[in-house]
Amino acid sequence: MGKMKVKTDRTNKINSRSWDDIVYTWITRIFLIIMVAVTLYPVYFVVVASFSSPMYVNNGTFLIFPKGFTLKGYTEVFRDERIWIGYGNTILYTVCGTIFGTAVTLLAGYALSRKDLPGRSVIMKLMVFTMYFSGGMIPFYLIVKGLGLLDTRFSMIILGSLSVYNIIVVRSFMASNIPDELFDAATIDGCGNGRFFMQIVVPLSKAVIAVIVLYIAVSKWNSYFNALLFLSDTDKYPLQVFLRQILLAGEAMLNDTETLLDQQAAAELRNMAMVVKYSVIVVATAPIICVYPFIQKYFVKGVMIGSVKG
Amino acid sequence: MKMMKRKSAVSRELAATHRSQTLRLIKRNWLLYVFLIPAVVYIILFEYAPLYGLQIAFKNYSFAKGFSGSKWVGLKWFETFFNTPRFWDILKNTLRVSVYSMIVSFPFPIILALCMNNVTRTKWKRFAQTVTYMPHFISTVVLVGMMSVMFAPKSGVINTVLSWLGGSGSTYFMGKAEYFPHMYVWSGVWQGMGWGSIIYMAALAGVDPSLHEAAMIDGANKFQRVLHVDLPTIMPTVAIMLIMNCGKLLNVGYEKVYLMQNDLNMTYAEVISTYVYKMGLGNQRYSYSTAIGLFNNVVSFIFLIIVNKIVKKLSGSGLW
Repeated sequence: MGKMKVKTDRTNKINSRSWDDIVYTWITRIFLIIMVAVTLYPVYFVVVASFSSPMYVNNGTFLIFPKGFTLKGYTEVFRDERIWIGYGNTILYTVCGTIFGTAVTLLAGYALSRKDLPGRSVIMKLMVFTMYFSGGMIPFYLIVKGLGLLDTRFSMIILGSLSVYNIIVVRSFMASNIPDELFDAATIDGCGNGRFFMQIVVPLSKAVIAVIVLYIAVSKWNSYFNALLFLSDTDKYPLQVFLRQILLAGEAMLNDTETLLDQQAAAELRNMAMVVKYSVIVVATAPIICVYPFIQKYFVKGVMIGSVKG
Repeated sequence: MKMMKRKSAVSRELAATHRSQTLRLIKRNWLLYVFLIPAVVYIILFEYAPLYGLQIAFKNYSFAKGFSGSKWVGLKWFETFFNTPRFWDILKNTLRVSVYSMIVSFPFPIILALCMNNVTRTKWKRFAQTVTYMPHFISTVVLVGMMSVMFAPKSGVINTVLSWLGGSGSTYFMGKAEYFPHMYVWSGVWQGMGWGSIIYMAALAGVDPSLHEAAMIDGANKFQRVLHVDLPTIMPTVAIMLIMNCGKLLNVGYEKVYLMQNDLNMTYAEVISTYVYKMGLGNQRYSYSTAIGLFNNVVSFIFLIIVNKIVKKLSGSGLW
């Protein structure tokens, strides 16, 4: 009798435990599904809307499946020369800025990763301090102005290409992945710091180089505030500044035309403007979003390395 | 006496050898200092020179006279700012947006990471990760652009759905001042949730499986194990992220706020940093806007130090 009772108790316990587990598992599953859906839907909607007929986009007849396939939005976008100028400038700033930023970050990160460098902790502290306290927007602007860098492509290339955070990522990676013995052995073979860096450190740091290149490239591609601060010549504007004009400042222009045209034409124009906006978003973001799934692991790796010693 | 003398001699000798060793290292590694030059020059020019330029917050700056040549005016600009009729509004707006944003956006990455951690099918997990990290790569301009089209009155998706549910369908979400904080904060959650979860995923990967086994033997269910095993393990990470978020408290993402501003929502959308931008570059009141920026930075910095101290005392881990 007693034995039986113990047994049922235990099975009850296990049953209730697995019941709790099932509830918990389902709650987390549903949560995750909701979060993924909520994240994905706006992106999906923008892409679908950019290919749809303006009429349907505006009266909201579709929410999930595209209706009235058309490329009108895209032909309109590519006819706008601002897109071309912006794309050209952004590519120039991104490519040059990434090369500059990566080179400087690697050199500094490597030097600071070497434990036998007198004064490295002082330099490190002075760099980290700038992460928490900065001069702010106006002194920064005045310095750039004083250096004669206003309205130059050069300023767009170098400003924002170097970040202390990236230097720390490189330093942490190299400090834990390139053993001190390696340098000692290389020195015995008559290899100096320069050759050691080029022939041993760089090839061993491919992973972190990929991380840094991608971090800088994305931030350069997306940056717009520096352009807003420092550029006045439209020919030098990067894509993001034109995007702002098209996406956010377009409404005023439409209201002006509305008074000139009759109601129906105005409505049509407004519908068209909406689709153009969707298309512009896709055109501007596609390069990053398309490449991103393939390089995702590098971004994640960057966060991991950076979090070891922030 | 003799002992003391000998001791000091030894320490002096030690110091001497230490010095000569340092010199030897500097000589051997001179090239590493050359490596550092570009980064150091950049940081001096674009980080420390602006710090030096902060002095104009206490001066009457004119471009012709430069930073050091301008006349001292003491705390005049700070007083001007505190006495502006808009001062309290701007400060309130800044705090409203930043505190709201911190409270709401802090737990989401942790919840997401815990949910993700429970997924056993790797394909679904990878898909979920790819999707939730993605918004991080969308630029602020595009994000605000997306909001303005999707929340547009009448033609936007949100209003369409609301009209089906019996709403008017013509709510101008981007143009209503009271909606501004919600729009700002929840779009931030949308953009940052996935990326923020990476760090917690990494911390969760470091949980000792034997702790889970032991808890299971003691009859703990999954939820209890999350509460008593997973959460305590990731607590140091949570603490550090909390401190870092507090340090950014007053540094509201001004790029996004600036883009979201329009004539209609200004009563809620004007924050310190956008005000600095407008006063400084729009009205060329360099000293005045620098003073406001400095006030903002000092308050943030003090706050960071205090929070760091508190968290360090409570959890044993801090930024420094």
